[in-house]
This record gives sequence, C-alpha cells and structure tokens, in this order.
Amino acid sequence: MTKTYSAFNLLREGLRANKGWGRAWRTPEPKPSYDVVIIGGGGHGLATAYYLAKNHGLRNVAVLEKGWLGGGNTGRNTTVIRSNYFYPESAALYDLSVKLYEGLSKDLNYNVMFSQRGMIVTAHSEPEMEMAARQVNAMRLNGVDAELLDAAEVRRLEPALSFRADMRHPIHGGVLQKRAGTGRHDAVAWGYARAADAAGVDIIQNCEVLDLILEAGRCVGVNTTRGEIRAGVVGAAVAGHSSVLAGMVGVGLPITSYALQAFVSEPLKPVLNRVVLCPPYGTYVSQSDKGGLVIGGGLDRVPSYGQRGNMPMQEEVLSGLSEMMPMLNKVKLLRHWAGIVDVTPDSSPILGPSGVEGLFLNCGWGTGGFKAIPAGGYLFAHLLAEGTHHEISRPFDLSRFDTGYLVDEGAASGIAH
Amino acid sequence: MQIFPCPFCGPRDEREFHFAGELGKTRPDTRDGVSDADWARYLHEQRNEKGHVREVWMHMPCSELFVLERDSVSMAVIGSSPLRGAAE
Repeated sequence: MTKTYSAFNLLREGLRANKGWGRAWRTPEPKPSYDVVIIGGGGHGLATAYYLAKNHGLRNVAVLEKGWLGGGNTGRNTTVIRSNYFYPESAALYDLSVKLYEGLSKDLNYNVMFSQRGMIVTAHSEPEMEMAARQVNAMRLNGVDAELLDAAEVRRLEPALSFRADMRHPIHGGVLQKRAGTGRHDAVAWGYARAADAAGVDIIQNCEVLDLILEAGRCVGVNTTRGEIRAGVVGAAVAGHSSVLAGMVGVGLPITSYALQAFVSEPLKPVLNRVVLCPPYGTYVSQSDKGGLVIGGGLDRVPSYGQRGNMPMQEEVLSGLSEMMPMLNKVKLLRHWAGIVDVTPDSSPILGPSGVEGLFLNCGWGTGGFKAIPAGGYLFAHLLAEGTHHEISRPFDLSRFDTGYLVDEGAASGIAH
Repeated sequence: MQIFPCPFCGPRDEREFHFAGELGKTRPDTRDGVSDADWARYLHEQRNEKGHVREVWMHMPCSELFVLERDSVSMAVIGSSPLRGAAE
C-alpha cells in the first residue's frame, strides 16, 4: 500500500489506476485504557496527539471526537493565519504557530496549502495611523515582521478597496504582515490526523464524552457513548464546549461561548491579493484559490451554542464589506455558517492544569483558534507529557485570572470582537 | 429578524435588545475582605450553560432591564419577566 505522498508515488499510482492508496488513517475500536486521552478531534486535539508522539515519544494515545474530524471550529473558520499581536507573550505563542505552519506541509507529508500572501489591517484616521505605528513597533520588538503602509501603498497593493474621498472612513494607511496568510483548514486537521495515526495514535470518531471519571479527586478517565476509557492523563481541547466539559467535574471557567459567523461568495476572478481587515467596519475578507471571497466579522452579540448564522450579524458584516469594496455589492453568497467559540475576558487562550488533578485544558482561543493549531498542539503536548508548562504557555495558565496578570489582547491588538 | 418580548413594550425586533449578563451573580461582601480566588470568580467566571438559560437583558428603547429565559442552542424564547420580581 502506498503511504507517502510524493511526485514519484503520484505518478506510480496514476499508472496503476490509483488502486494502491490506502486509507489515510485507521478506524480503531477504543482500548480500555490509554496513557493520554485527548477529548476533541479538531485541529488542536489532533495536533496535540501528533506532537505527543513526535516530541515526547508517547504513542499510547487516543483522540475522542463526538462527530467527525475537524467538524467543529476547525472546519468553520476563515483560514487566516497570522501573528500580528501586541504583547510579547502573545507574539511568542502565535509566532511559534506561524513558524510551525511554515514547515507543516513537509513535516506532515500533507499539503496544508499555507499561502503566505500577507495581511493588511487598515487605519482610517491620523490617530489610528499613530496606533498602527505603535503596533508595528511592538511587533518588530517582539521579533515578528511588520510594515507600516501609507494610503498610496495600500492602494498599490489592494486596488479593489474603496479610496473615494467621500468615504465615511477613508483609508489613511495600514499594517502589513507579509508572513501572514491563509491555509486549507480541513487539510490541517486531516494532515495531523494522518501523521498521528501513522505514529500509533488511536483516532476514535463518533465517540462522545458523557462524563469524566473522578477517583479520589483525580480524573482517571472518561465515560463515552462507546464505553468507559481509562487514562493516565486527560486533555480537553473542546473549544466552545469547554464550560460544559469542565462543569462535569465542577470546574467553573471564565469563558462565554458565542457564535462566530462566516460567509463564502460565488467564485470571482482575482480581485484581492491578501487578507484585508478594516476595523471600523468589523469586516475582513480574503479570496480563496477557487475564487470565492471568504468573509468574516465580529462575534454575535448574544451567548450561544447554536452552530448557525443569523440575520443581524450578517447584515453588519456584509454592509461593512460593501463599504470596503463597493464593487462587490452585487456579488452573491454561496454559504453562510457559524461555529461556537470560547471567549475569555482578555481574548487570550487558557492552557494548563484545570484545577482537577489529571485534567488539563486547551481552550479559550475564542475567534482565533485556527491560526494557533500547531502551537496549541505543541504546547499542550508538552503539558500532558511533562505535567508542567512550556515557557511559552506559562503566561496563559488559568491562574492569571486570580493574579490579575491578564494578557489583554482584546484591548491591545484591537481584536474586532 | 427574531422577535423578543419586552415585558413592558411587548414583542419587538431583536436588534433593539442588549445582552447584559447572566442572572444571579451577586457581588461578594467585601467588608471582611475577599480572597483573590473568590474575587476572580465573581469578576470572570461564567456558568455559560448549554440549553435553558436565565439572563439579564436591556430593551434599549425603553431602557428597562428584565429577565429573559431562552434556549442557548435553539435560541427559542421561553419567557420574559421584570427584573424586580426575579431579584427577590
């Protein structure tokens, strides 16, 4: 059976009517116990399993997924990858992720289509230009690439944006991160799943965790729809359902779950080169390789577990798009959906012990989980294997809400939600 | 758009309403001091329930706060009542 994806094997299989390709991963029956059980078969859970095997030699690992792989937020985001954050702690975290993404296709032998086409965040007044310069300086001090653009440069790079003189929010310039871009979201989940499976990890789909098993105050396993599974240590990477899972063992979290919506238009000829975010409209957009515009915006205004879109936010995001690029007014939408995101008070993630022995948390990524998949998996694997923080994940411990040492990216990088 | 019931003005467009917070959070008694953990819990922790929730909302045109009961999965409205009764 052909395992490796390469030009040679593609040619060979092409000549043999593609009969030699096997399944990308197995469908194993759950074993009664594992060294590590990871709840959640999205990007973060699968990446964690991969790095447990690769970096820590732990192969007796299971990933439990209640639906199908990458069917939650991993398959519902707008595929933007970037590290344009303000604080050193965030820069270290998200730039680790971008660096891992840069080598990921080779590392996994799976094309995740990371296209570093760049991202522009526009500025719309003189004060905003000063804040943009501050952002560029902060990013550069943290070792992340950033460039300050004036209006003429933005216009040269993205001529489809509106530069009319009578605009409500005229473009004065922007911040460009050239290493940012987009990836293929399903491929990230599938690539990690395939590589983790090849390393011996059991990926068990259609297996919902119903309860966590506590013995003498320690989490020792999970009850699932496919029976009891014991674990040396349990890791939860369940995004929007983190509060529900932690609630099973009486742990309260500083998390509110919201729906975050996204939209894809009909395919168009190329109109947009990069990812563009215009903060006053709360809308950002990129163009996929198929030509569809991938459009995102801010959070819904109401806490929700309903994975579907609604009208008020659709109106806001699309009216923002038609202000940004009036030429797109008549473009039709193909799809419209929502994922449930886990938002923390400081818009930074929670990585670390849950407070219950044997249970670790990877959550709170909010609206930015996709870009952080490699770093989240890398650092969570370290936590589960070593039981202690990696230096990069330490600032994101749950205890920061007690000490007050928040990493407030919500305020600092002006996250639009 | 979804229609929400204001206990004072009747059924109105959802865009007139503002979510204020979960119902039933009480400020700790700070006269004898409060531990960091308890204060953090008061400031940040959310029940964030899936299913039936009871929340405080404001109907912005009349500026009245009230209790909205709804389903956080289906978004179905279960009921609304003035805040005064709920607090007692």
